[in-house]
Amino acid sequence: MSGSGPFQDKPTIRVDALSVARGGRILFEGLSFTAEPGAYLEIRGGNGAGKTTLLRTLAGYLKPRAGRIAFDNAEDPALKLHFVGHQNGLKPTISVASHLRYWTGLFGGAGDADVAAEKLGLAALLERPARTLSQGQARRLSLSRLVLAPRPIWLLDEPAAALDANGKAMLAAIIDAHRAAGGLVVAAVHEPLGPTPSQTLTVGA
Amino acid sequence: MSALAATFRRDLALMWGGGGGALAPLGFFLGATMLVPLAMGPERNLLAAAGPPLVWIAAALAVLATLERLFQADLEDGSLDHMLLSPAPLEMIVLAKGAALWVAVGVPLALASAPAAIALQAPPDLVPAIVLSLLLGMAAFIGVGLVGAAVTAGVKRGGVLIALIVLPFFAPPIIFGAAVAGGEHVGAALSVLAGFALAAIALGPITAAAALRLQAE
Repeated sequence: MSGSGPFQDKPTIRVDALSVARGGRILFEGLSFTAEPGAYLEIRGGNGAGKTTLLRTLAGYLKPRAGRIAFDNAEDPALKLHFVGHQNGLKPTISVASHLRYWTGLFGGAGDADVAAEKLGLAALLERPARTLSQGQARRLSLSRLVLAPRPIWLLDEPAAALDANGKAMLAAIIDAHRAAGGLVVAAVHEPLGPTPSQTLTVGA
Repeated sequence: MSALAATFRRDLALMWGGGGGALAPLGFFLGATMLVPLAMGPERNLLAAAGPPLVWIAAALAVLATLERLFQADLEDGSLDHMLLSPAPLEMIVLAKGAALWVAVGVPLALASAPAAIALQAPPDLVPAIVLSLLLGMAAFIGVGLVGAAVTAGVKRGGVLIALIVLPFFAPPIIFGAAVAGGEHVGAALSVLAGFALAAIALGPITAAAALRLQAE
């Protein structure tokens, strides 16, 4: 799929001979790949193979042991990517609507909170405090910031965890829409998410 | 809404909303200062001489108790990852969190020091200066406290460690704050407190943000 939407000038990820270590143990070495706008890259690998470490390294939280990560054409480096990890980052006493407002401010979002709530099936839950959400609803709330604050690169770590069939379809729909707009998605998964990956990468032994 | 306004609002809501932590330090402060007259007995002169500076000790310990979870909760639930991806610098987000803590906990404590100081036999005309000194002192404590909270965010039961890190830096404001409460060199002591508070507000968030970046690894 070629990028033709609002993100068409936005970053390409170029990873060259990347090597990462965690707790003194080398997880993988010599990983190279390129992901273009519109790409959907699936990262595969067993438990502990380094999928999360790779995503956190791409996000800039971890420093690579060796190798290079470049985001070409990144117009505004501060607004280039979203990272959705295992933790949802929710506060139990705060309502769904307040989380949406907070993220819109925090991420410098230009998105519409109502649209984001609609796309992830949160519209009926807006006044609920986060502690009353189910695991799947919490995950959908966490994913909503992808829509709230549009950014060209999405790094998703097991994004479908705890989602029901309906939630998985919503996730597939926002990924397809993001790619069609020229965005780029890198996801670590155990089961296919739905959208056909443009590239599959296996890490670890 | 900017990232800083959003952070400030959220932290205020967390501290004051639904069983938040802002009432506990206030209760501790009032409880501790109200017990002193009972413990020291009916000797008015003794209380008038030794009592008023105790509002500063109680306030320092009350704010210390709020620091442990300040960044630890954000580290545990993944919120810190989000803050690092904000277009706003982490230093400013930390400053916004500190400002929210000052408004939610520091200002109520400073205001509560008025009845507490009177109960401890402070001269009534000194009470406004004591309240003002604690408004400044709370800003100083929180500026320093941000660093201790950030350094220990990844440590389970880090409360003791925070105390060891920040209490030495609590000493200067306590010394000058106690001078205000004791009615000695009030103007000069307030100036020094203001200077210390400004330095802590300026340097605390920078140091704390550096520590938090390491915590995200």
